[in-house]
Amino acid sequence: MSVGESITRVDAVQKVTGQAKYTADLAPKNVLYAKLVHATIANGRVLSIDGGEAEKVNGFVKLVTCFDVPKTQFPTPGHPWSVEKAHQDVSDRTLLSERVRLYGDNIAVVIAQSSLAAAKAARLVKAEYEEYAPLMSAKEALAHTEHPLHEEKPDNLIAHSHFTVGEESYEQAKAEEPDCLELVKNYQTQTVQHCHLEPAQSYAYMEGDRIVVVSSTQIPHIIRRIIGQALSLPLGRIRVVKPYIGGGFGNKQDALVEPLAAYLTTVVGGKPVMVELSREENFTATRVRHAIEFDTRALVRRDGTLIARKLSAYSAQGGYASHGHSIVANSTAAFKQLYRDRKALECDAYTAYTTMPTAGAMRGYGIPQSDFATECMSDDLALMLHMDPIDFRLKNCVQAGYKDPHTGITFYSYGLEECIQKGKKAFHWEEKRKEYAHQTGDIRRGVGMAIFIYKTGVYPISLETAGARLTLNQDGSVMLQMGATEIGQGADTVFSQMTAETVGITEDRVHIVSTQDTDYSPFDTGAYASRQTYVSGMALKGAAELLKKRILDYAAEVLNRPAEELDIRQNNIVQAKDGDVLLALAKLAEEAQYSLKHSVHISAEYSHHCTDNTFSSGACFAEVEVDIPMCRVKILRILAVHDSGTLINPKLAEAQVHGGVSMGIGYGLYEEMLFNEKGKPLNDNLLDYKLPTAMDSPDMEVEFVQVEDPTGPYGNKALGEPPAIPPAPAIRNAVLNATGVAVDSLPLSPQKLFEHFVRAGLIKEEQGNV
Amino acid sequence: MYDVQSVYQAKSVQDAIEALGKDERAMIVSGGTDVWVQNREGKHAGLPFVSIHGLPEITGVRIEEDGTLVIGAATCFTDITASPLIQRHVPMLGEAVDQVGSPQIRNVGTIGGNVCNGVTSADSAPSLFALDAQLKLQGAMGERIVPITEFYTGAGKTVRAHDEVLCEVRIPKESYEGVYGQYIKYGKRNAMEISTLGCAVTVKLGNQKLVRVRIAYGVAGPTPLRCFEAEAELVGKPVGKETACLAADLAVQAIRPRTSWRASKEFRLHLAHELCTRAMEQAMEKAGGKIND
Amino acid sequence: MIKLLNMTVNGRAVSVPVEEGEALLETLRNRLELTSVKRGCEVGECGACTVLVDGRAVDSCIYLALWAEGKNVLTVEGLQDENGVLNPIQKAFVEEAAVQCGFCTPGIILSAVEIVGSGKKYTRDELRKQISGHLCRCTGYENILNAVERIVNELNG
Repeated sequence: MSVGESITRVDAVQKVTGQAKYTADLAPKNVLYAKLVHATIANGRVLSIDGGEAEKVNGFVKLVTCFDVPKTQFPTPGHPWSVEKAHQDVSDRTLLSERVRLYGDNIAVVIAQSSLAAAKAARLVKAEYEEYAPLMSAKEALAHTEHPLHEEKPDNLIAHSHFTVGEESYEQAKAEEPDCLELVKNYQTQTVQHCHLEPAQSYAYMEGDRIVVVSSTQIPHIIRRIIGQALSLPLGRIRVVKPYIGGGFGNKQDALVEPLAAYLTTVVGGKPVMVELSREENFTATRVRHAIEFDTRALVRRDGTLIARKLSAYSAQGGYASHGHSIVANSTAAFKQLYRDRKALECDAYTAYTTMPTAGAMRGYGIPQSDFATECMSDDLALMLHMDPIDFRLKNCVQAGYKDPHTGITFYSYGLEECIQKGKKAFHWEEKRKEYAHQTGDIRRGVGMAIFIYKTGVYPISLETAGARLTLNQDGSVMLQMGATEIGQGADTVFSQMTAETVGITEDRVHIVSTQDTDYSPFDTGAYASRQTYVSGMALKGAAELLKKRILDYAAEVLNRPAEELDIRQNNIVQAKDGDVLLALAKLAEEAQYSLKHSVHISAEYSHHCTDNTFSSGACFAEVEVDIPMCRVKILRILAVHDSGTLINPKLAEAQVHGGVSMGIGYGLYEEMLFNEKGKPLNDNLLDYKLPTAMDSPDMEVEFVQVEDPTGPYGNKALGEPPAIPPAPAIRNAVLNATGVAVDSLPLSPQKLFEHFVRAGLIKEEQGNV
Repeated sequence: MYDVQSVYQAKSVQDAIEALGKDERAMIVSGGTDVWVQNREGKHAGLPFVSIHGLPEITGVRIEEDGTLVIGAATCFTDITASPLIQRHVPMLGEAVDQVGSPQIRNVGTIGGNVCNGVTSADSAPSLFALDAQLKLQGAMGERIVPITEFYTGAGKTVRAHDEVLCEVRIPKESYEGVYGQYIKYGKRNAMEISTLGCAVTVKLGNQKLVRVRIAYGVAGPTPLRCFEAEAELVGKPVGKETACLAADLAVQAIRPRTSWRASKEFRLHLAHELCTRAMEQAMEKAGGKIND
Repeated sequence: MIKLLNMTVNGRAVSVPVEEGEALLETLRNRLELTSVKRGCEVGECGACTVLVDGRAVDSCIYLALWAEGKNVLTVEGLQDENGVLNPIQKAFVEEAAVQCGFCTPGIILSAVEIVGSGKKYTRDELRKQISGHLCRCTGYENILNAVERIVNELNG
């Protein structure tokens, strides 16, 4: 047994000793450094670029401007390619851009012999612009179309989607239910950034006519395809290598600097060129989380029955499409999946180009945004009805056996209600709600909660395919190669456990190759959508079963017994019926390789096309203390309860939840990217962008409800992203409970709380000498 | 790689003064936790730097015969907080500089650099104002002592001449003997934070009345500042919540916070009141005042 | 101008030519190939480049290489014993699942070495403060604190 055990990470020793190599650690000594030149306007056009001063910098090698690069437009998101044109990603990028679509857009790049020389020269490059007004929100961009950001989308609208659930419209439901209460609200989420500790970086060099790109990416195989598209090269001429990476969280599920690095090596004769983004560039020149605004209406009966909802979601895309409308489309799906409108749900979603940093995938893929809206709405409705928010949710939330009416995704292993009950009990919910009901004074406490639902992988919206390869070593151990990527979440460890489990060996006999190299790694689309233990796990299980069969077939030959009577347990070939050891696997493996009678190289490669999906769910509970005059929220307790199927490695699963909850706390209380009126970022650094520090992070409690999922290869389903989803609304609802103040936008920053508390009469404004 | 023309490690303060005197573009660097950050942003690029990093003659905390507490300008924050002399006489200052940046920054960053930067958000400044700190500067023309209240001339500007080195931060005996203080820093998070507003209060009590009061703020104007008029009015007032509130009412009259993307003027004014009230109550309590209402 | 820097790194005396304006981060990574010292922000805000200089944690990205003259510098490459056995702090990080992507790990381990080196005991909140100069996006600090708390209790108990 290996699955279900908390073994230590297979890469932990490399990481605590410094042996683990990341992209920048591998760059050759003679690498050239590229530094991007960024636009200093948010919207407009580059008229000219002057590199005269830059060229004088000692160590300067070359200036490449937006006027020099190919005009080929390519897409960047880490989606599996669709062979159907209608489903292909938006191709709206060039390597550098004449049309400036955000403050800091990439307009030129300097190559130099050192990073200092590149930075100095890049600062000296001068550009002239024609300037237009910035477009800072989706609604603003849809209203101002004099200078569309992309010619292909004259209205700045990337896409509009619409769905309904139920036979009737919201208005009909309203007319039929005159006694219903209606809640009309606008909920808003902010722009945040992934802030993986390793900034985006790639270097590229040529081997003959092939380009090799070493990159900090979650999706090496997809990057290879995108580079091919960007450079108009057949993909066989491109090799992408992914070493250890210092976090991704969805940002590196996108082609960031890889196509540019690949191009730049071609303009310096194949010499290695490093594109290493600074922290500031990582904020503005990679991807961010979409800010989404929800205009909502909800109808409830006085007994708490949810009758109908209607909403419009406006998603701010930033300058380039990246994952584009997929995010808000996924986001709004949570409205239908998480709650049951008895009569009608109408939903419209819009994605508009804005002159802001490009938004892309980030842990939760639109769901943290909509979960903020649904979970604020549930508490706001419950408050209106004088109902306990948990009772409201239990009355209206998704039930066992739910099947999405549009995609057919089914909730095969339902643990949501148990999660709610488990958390309610552990949190002494009813006692606390009573205790905190009638507080006065400056310091007040409250409890709040939020629930969520999340699918596993991208089927049926996109292709789900994965590959795995196992090779038996002569010593009876196994080499494991996955196309799926380790990005910090622990994938390599759980894959090793799955292999051990299915083949019948101990984990120490599994050697996983952590690096993906598109020249030899099996194909897999990569780390995103909480898909790898599920989808890649299916491929691995297939490969492991195949390997086991081949081993047993050979053992049958050697032992002269039918293979059906044999099994592999604890690194031995055993008699299946009683476990009697017949032969050490090591012995058999050696024989198989070197046999003079019948030498066989035992290996197994398996690819799996996954055509299923399932839902994960859970609940987060928060207890807070609000210091009203100080406008500060302190989290006294936070508990995450997750319904993620069978856990492969409980300790790593728990660790995954810690990180997600921490990200959710940042989303709820601290993090937001700020811009001035010209669209220039104000806090694009780790001092002014408030990532929680250890002093801002409470101890995090984690519980699981393990319902085996029949479709998961080992009973498992999504866990990677979900923990980041419900903490922010849980905290917001706890603040509502403590103070009676409903904050409808994120984050609950001190400045915002101040304004709300003044409005609510909890703070009297000071009249100073001003 | 920092963008420098040269870095000269001075062997003594005198040596540094001479090196600075040779090139009017020369920049002084001590702990580097601000200077190197600015350099990376392109500020002071390509200049010659004179390093006074770790010069023993301006490192350490000592007490002079007349009771003046002397902090060498190159003393790092960690050592100030850990100093038994600081803990005994001006614990408020040790606690204040223990809120600068992060442990790594505090292991390198110095009080002299914090002051000479001239920024209103310096974590040491409000406490130094409330302790009547005196700054000893040494230059080619000799030494001079400047009260900290006269040191700052504007945002990022001080009276320190180009070739002067801040050597000592001096706290006179009467500023700490029988004096108790509290600094409260307001930030959006609890570590690695630049102050949104900071307030330091020191008090001396006699018969449960205020005998001596200092109220100082950071980020309540372009430079750190003292509330002289409020202080004068408070002398003689009885210990208690009412006095703390009165102190805050008076103190906010002296400040001129502004709206920035970090916080609005209104929010800063509100915080100035709240922080002063709390700091005053805590200082009075530390001084043995009974403030229960 | 190139100058010769003499220091002790991971217990070994080294003399290495450095540029005057070089950060210690660059010397360690580029000249001595100690790549555990990570570049995360280059302005002393993330802590990924933390090393110990004479036993004290510093952000090597904003520490002039020449300031290390005559000093003792420690990186995680210098923590294992001569047989390659992990230092107890490294071991605690492995066992407590305090490692995820691993990018902040070497720096935090070095701060833990400084904490343990103080010989003092700390409350969990005091430890939060001691490691607050390290940003981590993967762990929420929970298991890191567990590892540091455990090892401080074991070694300084």
